[in-house]
Amino acid sequence: MEIYMKKITVLKSDIRFISYAAVGGYEERRGPLGEKFDFSDPTDRFGQDTWELAESEMGKVALNTALTKMKLSHSDIDLLVAGDLQNQCVASSIGLSGFGIPFVGVYGACSTCTESLMTLSAFMESSEALKIGAALTTSHNSAAERQFRMPIEYGGQRARSAQWTSTAAGAFILGRRSGIDSPWSEKPKISAFMPGKIVDGATADGSNMGGAMAFAAAESILDYFSESEERPRDYDYIVTGDLGQVGSDILKDILREKLPGAENIHTDCGLLLYDREIQDAHSGASGCGTSASVLASHFLPLLESKKINKILFLSTGALMSPQSLLQGQNIFGIAPIIKLTSPD
Amino acid sequence: MMETSYKKKLIKKHTPHSRVLRDCTLAFLFGGAICTLGELLYMLYSYIGFDSEKSGMLVTVSLIFLGALVTALGFFDNIARYSGAGTLVPVTGFANAVTSEAMDSRSEGLVTGIGVKIFNVAGPVILYGILSGVLYGIIYYVYTLIQRGSFF
Repeated sequence: MEIYMKKITVLKSDIRFISYAAVGGYEERRGPLGEKFDFSDPTDRFGQDTWELAESEMGKVALNTALTKMKLSHSDIDLLVAGDLQNQCVASSIGLSGFGIPFVGVYGACSTCTESLMTLSAFMESSEALKIGAALTTSHNSAAERQFRMPIEYGGQRARSAQWTSTAAGAFILGRRSGIDSPWSEKPKISAFMPGKIVDGATADGSNMGGAMAFAAAESILDYFSESEERPRDYDYIVTGDLGQVGSDILKDILREKLPGAENIHTDCGLLLYDREIQDAHSGASGCGTSASVLASHFLPLLESKKINKILFLSTGALMSPQSLLQGQNIFGIAPIIKLTSPD
Repeated sequence: MMETSYKKKLIKKHTPHSRVLRDCTLAFLFGGAICTLGELLYMLYSYIGFDSEKSGMLVTVSLIFLGALVTALGFFDNIARYSGAGTLVPVTGFANAVTSEAMDSRSEGLVTGIGVKIFNVAGPVILYGILSGVLYGIIYYVYTLIQRGSFF
């Protein structure tokens, strides 16, 4: 009897991460994963006049780097799914305008990395004709600070629960394997996904987005394991996007109570990107580039080299706008899940 | 589904408080240092020969200039990270709020960028500063009328 799953989609197609690249700025290079980034610009400018264009350029560099690694060109890509943190997702539109590839723009706040990979794999699952697709996620500290918070050079003291929006991009090229002779057998696989729900974060504090998103992450993880037959111990890691210290602590408390064992394999990209002892990141990194760049620089290489076999990856998004916060609305969280496995 | 009260409890449990003693001490030291600098400038201007009122005004102008300069050179936010209210409360905080916004919005043009947004952060101080000035003026006027006995 086939078990009917409503929330989780198990992919029947064999979709692999055939190439990926992480690009960052100054702080990202200084962090513990800095060495593993494919490229970083210590000026954060990427040769551009404005921070907004810098984000566009950074995304372009990331995607081109990922393509170059597999000797692919723009015309090899059938579909491009991308998102960023700027209003109307304009960083992606401007950065990718010259590529001439069918494009789907997505916005999931900081959950964009998982959201774009989920969307792309759903497209690929639905159409055999799509052989190679690309997903790109960017965030830029200065562009985001300007848009969501204060001027860049504004001197203020941030709350200890606040996080540091990363200047980072992650580009992923997904390829379909059809038949045993297909290439890419040694590449990590995306084998299932589950969209997240919009979950009330129970706070309107813009300096505590990690805390607000923790509940969305918890609900997604609990939903996943209640519907799937797997157990947390089948996994090497449950990786959240950017909960930071506050959000991770909250999530661990919930998991300890409701899904014992899961808290021990939890890890968070927001805690991996920076060295919080020496970098001014407070509760950790945030921004959609965080989970994208950590996935591309850290977890995918681990999966590809079979050092780990199976992870649940859920980027966490804080759904809000500067206006909604000022109007006293709570922050809502969302955490779509993708399941990643090492090559067989 | 988790209860809102359960969520609020967890947020409260894990959100770190600000370090009041450390923050206050640093604010006191940095703020005090700025005020001392102001006092030294005042003595300098008086020594040069300006009267008390002009010296005071020149001190304000000088501190605003220094705040703007340090902001433009890119140090202000690195200092304010530690000093907090110490750099915010003196007039330096106002200079920083205006300068940083001007630097940011330069990319959107001189009129539509800087012109529109320069008082984005400092605007409330200007608006409510003027409003309370007007209010104080009215109260003061009424008070003087009463004092002169011409009110009734």
